[in-house]
Amino acid sequence: MNEPLKKRITDTIAKGRVMLFMKGNPSMPQCGFSAAVVGVLKEIGTPFESFNILADNELREGLKEYSSWPTFPQLYVDGKLVGGADIVRDLHARGELKKIVAGAPPAASA
Amino acid sequence: MTPDDIKTRIQSALPDAEISVVDTTGGGDHFSATVVSSAFADKGLVDRHRLVYGALGEAMRGSHAPIHALALTTETPEEYRRR
Repeated sequence: MNEPLKKRITDTIAKGRVMLFMKGNPSMPQCGFSAAVVGVLKEIGTPFESFNILADNELREGLKEYSSWPTFPQLYVDGKLVGGADIVRDLHARGELKKIVAGAPPAASA
Repeated sequence: MTPDDIKTRIQSALPDAEISVVDTTGGGDHFSATVVSSAFADKGLVDRHRLVYGALGEAMRGSHAPIHALALTTETPEEYRRR
């Protein structure tokens, strides 16, 4: 991956403490999995930033390589990948997501 | 892509795994998989999913990848027995 793209990716991840890369935007998600993660974030009441990967193919493909994660949505907290829709829903069901968003390190088993 | 194709690929990367794969829409592109393997011990969820995605390789990469969506449950044998 070239350096300018890598920098654009890290800069974009750093746009928010809680940063969601999704299809569409929070008010109009264009994929059920993205909608589900937006719903969870709203439910726990955390502010978050988002980026519509459908509008930027270079960043979309670059981020997959950067994170070794082939699908979207991707949720980052403090610059670290928390997971995609399955993991976010799973962590939320176990009450872990709120702690991670609050700044706690994830449990070893999470 | 069939559930068996997916199962075979995951199995080759995680030989001990118990795997079940369902084609959730019947369209051959949206799947749901449960993978139970001791390889997941001491790994976080992100790394567990990465192991499975890695096994599927090109089938999940790029805008023309045959797998559009894969809902994943990853557990160790101990976790699976407990639920």
